[in-house]
Amino acid sequence: MSLIAELLIAGLLVIGGLFGLVGSYGLVKLPDLMTRLHAPTKASTLGVGGVLLAAMAHALTQGGLSWHELLITLFLFLTAPITCNFIAKSWLARHANPADLPPTGSDRQWATLDLSEEPAAPNLTPPAKPGRPS
Amino acid sequence: MIFSFALTFAFACFGIGLLICLWRVIFAPTLPDRILALDTMVVNVIALIVLYGMARNTGLYFEAAMLFAMTGFVSSVAYAKFILRGDIIE
Repeated sequence: MSLIAELLIAGLLVIGGLFGLVGSYGLVKLPDLMTRLHAPTKASTLGVGGVLLAAMAHALTQGGLSWHELLITLFLFLTAPITCNFIAKSWLARHANPADLPPTGSDRQWATLDLSEEPAAPNLTPPAKPGRPS
Repeated sequence: MIFSFALTFAFACFGIGLLICLWRVIFAPTLPDRILALDTMVVNVIALIVLYGMARNTGLYFEAAMLFAMTGFVSSVAYAKFILRGDIIE
């Protein structure tokens, strides 16, 4: 493999490894769960994306482009926000103090804390646009 | 030469990340933290599988990484749903 391709693959691997390490370190460094959610779902996913790009470039230098790696990257980028949302909801339901949460803008409580069975009425009036005097 | 050094560096980074996540799973302050640490472990293990496939110079391990990503996603969502509602499929 040529020197430029080797440098490109090595750079992608080092960047991906550093992002993965930062994502895992943020899991113990950051103060509470809502900030801790940011580290794995953003930094670690980006790190794995870098490694998978390096794997694609490596397969290209060995002859034959493969698309499996792109599939894994796409799948991770799609599923990480869903998992993050579910973990945040479970934290809201079990550990959050309802007095500390920001207002919802309607007369209902936050959806994970609202135990009534009836569906919420949709709020059809659009919110006022900020900074546009009419 | 540069490639093998970078590969070793990436192996070390994701291995240390996996150990940090394992520590977090054992000593988690709240239950959602434990799910988050398990989900991050899945992401790190996917990276390690892909790196191992690059080191062995074979495309065999990408299917394993893909299947691991799918089962990891489903199990994280099922665990979060279980502690959210007390049931997985209502």
